[in-house]
Amino acid sequence: MLFLILGAASCAAPFLSLAANRIVVGEGVALWRAAPVQHSAPALFLLGLGLLLGLLQSRPVLRVAGAVLSLAGLFWLLSMGAAALLADAGRYARVSPAAGFWCLLVICALLLADALSQLQPGPRTRAAALALTLLCVAGLLKAGLLSDLSIAQEFAPRKAAVLDAFIRHLWLAFGSLGLAALIGLPLGVLCHRHSRLREALLPLLSFLQTIPSLAMFGIMIPLLGWIGTQFPAAQAIGIAGIGFAPAFLALVLYSLLPVVANTVAGLESIPPAVRDAARGIGMTTWQRLFRIEIPLGLPVILTGLRIVLVQNTGLAVIAGLIGGGGFGTFVFQGLNQTATDLILLGALPTVALAMVAAIVMDILIEITQPQRGSET
Amino acid sequence: MRTYLRPALAVLLLALVVWPERFSWLFAPFAPQGGPVIYSRTSLLSLSLNHLALVLIATLAATLVAVGMAILVTRPFGAAFRPLSRTVTNIGQTFPPVAVLALAVPALGFGEGPTLVALFLYGLLPIFENAIAGLSTVSPTVLDAARGIGLTRLQRLIRIELPLALPVILNGIRLSAIIALGTATIGSTVAAKTLGEVIIAGLLTNNTAFVLQGGLIVGLFAVLLYDLMVQLEQRISARLGL
Repeated sequence: MLFLILGAASCAAPFLSLAANRIVVGEGVALWRAAPVQHSAPALFLLGLGLLLGLLQSRPVLRVAGAVLSLAGLFWLLSMGAAALLADAGRYARVSPAAGFWCLLVICALLLADALSQLQPGPRTRAAALALTLLCVAGLLKAGLLSDLSIAQEFAPRKAAVLDAFIRHLWLAFGSLGLAALIGLPLGVLCHRHSRLREALLPLLSFLQTIPSLAMFGIMIPLLGWIGTQFPAAQAIGIAGIGFAPAFLALVLYSLLPVVANTVAGLESIPPAVRDAARGIGMTTWQRLFRIEIPLGLPVILTGLRIVLVQNTGLAVIAGLIGGGGFGTFVFQGLNQTATDLILLGALPTVALAMVAAIVMDILIEITQPQRGSET
Repeated sequence: MRTYLRPALAVLLLALVVWPERFSWLFAPFAPQGGPVIYSRTSLLSLSLNHLALVLIATLAATLVAVGMAILVTRPFGAAFRPLSRTVTNIGQTFPPVAVLALAVPALGFGEGPTLVALFLYGLLPIFENAIAGLSTVSPTVLDAARGIGLTRLQRLIRIELPLALPVILNGIRLSAIIALGTATIGSTVAAKTLGEVIIAGLLTNNTAFVLQGGLIVGLFAVLLYDLMVQLEQRISARLGL
């Protein structure tokens, strides 16, 4: 019910906005006037039908179908509307989605998420749904259905740069996670064994986590700059005050707390009886660690890695400010030029990346969850 | 050691903010040849106050709204919205705070407004999540006892549930406030007057002295705020006998 009311309300907001060039503020175009009638009528029908299907609280499968239908209608209208509006506008004209589109998108996505969670799919179904969604998005982009939108026009001349930023962003987020895991997992095991170390280390790491990202990146700059000038060897491998190195190091420092704390929590969650039994059958400390403690603590440890991954994907944006590359470059360039589409070009992939990472990690966590009953 | 460290850090922070010129010897080696050592375009004190005010307003507003919503969805009549609200918080928390800030600009323009809205929106989630957790872990026996001695629903909420949930809620508020402090720093890229301005100015003019100065002040604020909130949580938990 809520979705239908909100959906109807967002129809009143302008659906697309048409601007004379990339800087000026666009003029809103209403939902029903966005595309010629022969296109907008079926699209609006799909959208309405989908939202109506969403009303059926007790039939989650129909609700999922409804959400997918309304999303299809929404994108169809977006694609057709952009083409139609550009056809009789000036050369530098830009069409971008306006508040109405974004609200409807959020509502449909929420409807989909709500219906899906009602179905309680297993990890395999969820992975398949994710893959299907990604395929649809890729197909939509590849087919050029959205290439009339201003964000696509912003993308076209920067294809190589965007790809570069994407790879750099992945390196920043995943590379720092990897290094943090390499340092953090052994530290976590040590902290678990020695309570003195734990009491000293965990508060220190949580203080590190507290420091605002921009300040942390800022403090890294003179530190690494100094190392770079003092040791030519360090400079040769790319350690310098500005660029990739300070951003990477800052991200590693931020990642340590979730990794270490969750490793400790994961190891602690193992019942003492299990530990005793392992000792009883003559396992050595190492055998117990690798065969019992780590496998059983894995879901909690992975939860820590999930936190890190989502957090680092977001924080890597700030690397754009200190020349570290990644999608942040576009965000801050866009903010400087007040070019909304450029901001979106940086922000949307970041959000998408964080969400995909979160969903994938959730699936992994569920897979590693020990099935109670069947294992014992 | 803690007992000395805290006031020492507080004094250092105060000195850095109020008498920045006194520290020029410290930052001079980092400034470019002949460049300015101490940020003087705006007084650090006013930047700090503005920064803290943004964080305070956003966190207070987020607390009121989030706790209110949490109370609603934990009542019987709001229970239908609970799964949906969980979905929203789960999805919302994967949004990077910077992205929220960047996306607020196209919608609201530059300046303090979008920063405040971004801080508020992002701050809702941890508080909401923790408030629900806190309110739903109050033990049923306690609630039964409260009903037994004749407390009305409202009385139970105000005198039993909220006080018992308070430590968990405070935990959420702390998370929110720390994130807000960090995001407000980045808010200076959308023309909000915050301490991030000092760092950004340093980055743009290649003046490490500014970067270090801003970074140090913001870092100290965050650490002290965090510590203050932890203290508060511990006091309240101790008073409740938890």
